[in-house]
Amino acid sequence: MATPTTSRDTILKAMRANAPQLRPLPDPPQAIVYPNPLEHFAATLAGVGGRFLKATDEADLQLQLGSLEVFQRATRIASTVPSLPGNVDLEALKNPHELEGIDLAILPGDFAVAENGAVWVPGTNLGPQRAIFVIAQHLVLVIQASTVVHNMQQAYENLNLQRPGFGVFISGPSKTADIEQSLVIGAHGARSCTVIAL
Amino acid sequence: MPKVGLFIPCYVDQLYPQVGLSTLRVLRGLGLDIEFPEEQTCCGQPMANSGCGEDARPLAEKFLRIFARYDHVVAPSGSCVSMVRNHYEQWLAGKPGFEHLRDNTFELCEYLVDVAKVTRVDGDFARKVGLHMSCHGLRELRMASSSERMVAPFNKVKVLLEQLRGIQLVDLKRPDECCGFGGTFAVAEEAVSCLMGQDRIRDHEQAGAEVIAGFDMSCLMHLEGLLTRDKKPMQVLHVAQILEHARLS
Amino acid sequence: MKGHAESAAPFVANEPRAHWHDESLWFVRVKRDRQAATVPEWEDLRSTASAIKAHTLSRLADYLEEFERNATANGIHVHWARDGAEHNAIVLKILNDHGVKRLVKSKSMLTEECHLNPYLEAHGIEVTDTDLGERIVQMRKEPPSHIVLPAIHLKKEDIGELFHIQLGTEKGASDPKYLTEAARGHLRERFLGAQAGLTGVNFAIASTGGVVVCTNEGNADMGTSLPPIHIASMGVEKIVPRPRDLAIFLRLLARSATGQPVTTYTSHFHGPLPGGEMHVVIVDNGRARILGEEAFRRSLSCIRCGACMNTCPVYRRSGGYSYGYTVPGPIGSILGPQRDPAAYGSLPFASSLCGSCTDVCPVKIDLHHELLAFRQELAKKGYLPWQKRFSMWVMGQVLARKWAFLLGGRLMRTLMPLLPRALVYGPWNPWGKQRELPPMPRESFRDLLKKEPR
Repeated sequence: MATPTTSRDTILKAMRANAPQLRPLPDPPQAIVYPNPLEHFAATLAGVGGRFLKATDEADLQLQLGSLEVFQRATRIASTVPSLPGNVDLEALKNPHELEGIDLAILPGDFAVAENGAVWVPGTNLGPQRAIFVIAQHLVLVIQASTVVHNMQQAYENLNLQRPGFGVFISGPSKTADIEQSLVIGAHGARSCTVIAL
Repeated sequence: MPKVGLFIPCYVDQLYPQVGLSTLRVLRGLGLDIEFPEEQTCCGQPMANSGCGEDARPLAEKFLRIFARYDHVVAPSGSCVSMVRNHYEQWLAGKPGFEHLRDNTFELCEYLVDVAKVTRVDGDFARKVGLHMSCHGLRELRMASSSERMVAPFNKVKVLLEQLRGIQLVDLKRPDECCGFGGTFAVAEEAVSCLMGQDRIRDHEQAGAEVIAGFDMSCLMHLEGLLTRDKKPMQVLHVAQILEHARLS
Repeated sequence: MKGHAESAAPFVANEPRAHWHDESLWFVRVKRDRQAATVPEWEDLRSTASAIKAHTLSRLADYLEEFERNATANGIHVHWARDGAEHNAIVLKILNDHGVKRLVKSKSMLTEECHLNPYLEAHGIEVTDTDLGERIVQMRKEPPSHIVLPAIHLKKEDIGELFHIQLGTEKGASDPKYLTEAARGHLRERFLGAQAGLTGVNFAIASTGGVVVCTNEGNADMGTSLPPIHIASMGVEKIVPRPRDLAIFLRLLARSATGQPVTTYTSHFHGPLPGGEMHVVIVDNGRARILGEEAFRRSLSCIRCGACMNTCPVYRRSGGYSYGYTVPGPIGSILGPQRDPAAYGSLPFASSLCGSCTDVCPVKIDLHHELLAFRQELAKKGYLPWQKRFSMWVMGQVLARKWAFLLGGRLMRTLMPLLPRALVYGPWNPWGKQRELPPMPRESFRDLLKKEPR
């Protein structure tokens, strides 16, 4: 698309003319580390309204998932975790609107962050329709227990942002407090968020 | 022995003379060589805070002329001291003696704790006291850790007062919220200012305070004005008035 | 235009409601304190964030060009707008080019600043704000009263009534969970029917050419993953150099804003949906000019967390609308008069200069010092009312002369007690409206000093 170069040049020129003296880019401070990051992650996740489960192995993972109420009640389940297949053929969907009505999405996270209960889910983990993580009524994220990092600074040192592409940190279920500061879970996105660590 | 210039803010000189005397007595009690230079008037803060910096400039220059000859300058007001220390730069930068003045002007409690190294306060004050941490002393002079900052807690006023026998320093719900005085703000934003003041008073009331103690008479004047109008029994006192009867060492 | 004190008067006059507003925001401040306290390096983080911003502002043009290069390589269309009007025209053109009639928006204070909604609506576009708070104020045809909590001034009963009329919820129902559920249903329809989504930008990363949007509700994600077209509007100051710098801000933002460790969704957009289009509109709207003003350029470091509002004792008791500017509170009182000193000249005075904003600010903007500096700036440029300038001149003249000061003091102390109360406490004495004047002592300190034994 054609850019009105005049505006671009005017803005950049004004910025260069008004730029303050060069200031150095600082090094980040030493960030917090936890004695047991997985434990801290579980506690933080609970604090933001999420739920944490630990699975001992693949079989246990299936068991844990099966024991979840959101799983038992779900009619339409979409999954991008190969070992936990859903019953919706994502590849067959023609557009993201067909995701409406999905009860549960099961998605793999690349790693998790202890300090804030967030799980990194790159776009490539979301299957053909990116909307899945936010349109599904409930969310299960599956991570490897060994991938929990202590803090966001560490997270971004390891983060490979896919370009072009998409990626999202998800920390708990969708929420709002816009009505009198009352916390309500399930604003637009997932009404619950369970993280299972393997 | 250091020569100490006593700076008594203009409104304290005229309206709260006892606070000036108490300050003098506290300092003399330490055996310090105190002088009150008669030529002093005002630090210039009312004009500066109203935006009229050029009207404040002559007062800053005058302040420097009067107080430059002292080793230390002490005042019973965090706000006026902050004016000298944090805001005189714009008019006095580079003038002879300014840096010395800026670095050696202290609020009373600050002076007692940091310079005179007072560690013992021997005296009685059997009252329930709510401590009002006036904003400029708190956040511009760092006389205490403010509740916003995640630093190790400290309080240079409390460390003195809490040693008094019988004193009960009560816990406030909001330990360092502004009282709403704010200089000309008290008049220009009368409604908000008074609501802020009433809220502060209510906090001291719920904590059971009989006395609101502070280190800035301006804030206390505002609170006292509200208390008197509402016929509330609570009393306001400057820290100097409380410390006056104690032995400091 | 009315000054802040005048606009605040009706809000303050309703004391129970003002107290309720104060408590609501103080609750957020307390949550912020609790979250900040979990990070031992909090103060170092603030210093680092402040330094990253200072560095970025010193090389803003370079970083924007770097961003543009990388974003373009990611398949994003980058546009530049000098002001709000140009921004709005660019957005409209993108929508018109694709025949878009229904747009969903997630929160963007920049589009509020540019008055995008009324412009698009006038051109036949249906615009739906999808953040719950924003949707509520949009239905009420009001601007947000807070940048993070747009409907913080409203009670649940107000919203219940509004939803009853607009969404057909039960009359008298005001349970937040029930109302939120109703909004979820209503907005899901809008998301599914939308042809394009517009978001703000919390951060733009120069080295990767992507933008980051933070929400709790997931509305930005719904709005950008259902319709094929994503437009992101960003102010020039949103740029950060690298992902590792972004980490610092993300550790501070939600903790400062709402007392959460991070927002629920932190979405990184580095390109369009498959088969879709992504546009980033970079907006100056006076920011380059502010960059040149040494006393105020730090206001460009603002990450719009709203913590200065939550902590401000004046904002809490006077409400967002009393400021009359898109961004209220301490930061808005610097940004507003920078835009239009005549219209917003009272805002720097709507502060007791308590400094709580400065201490709470995650990027260490010296807010209360900037407010003070702005007062002088307004005086220099002749925006102070003459009465104020004159009275301050008189005061300065009196205080500069010892004899005049002492004479004035003596007159005040002797005459005041003699005057009739009705005269002293007349309508010209705002101090005395709710407060007593201090008792007038017979003697001044310097009088008493003469009697003090040495």
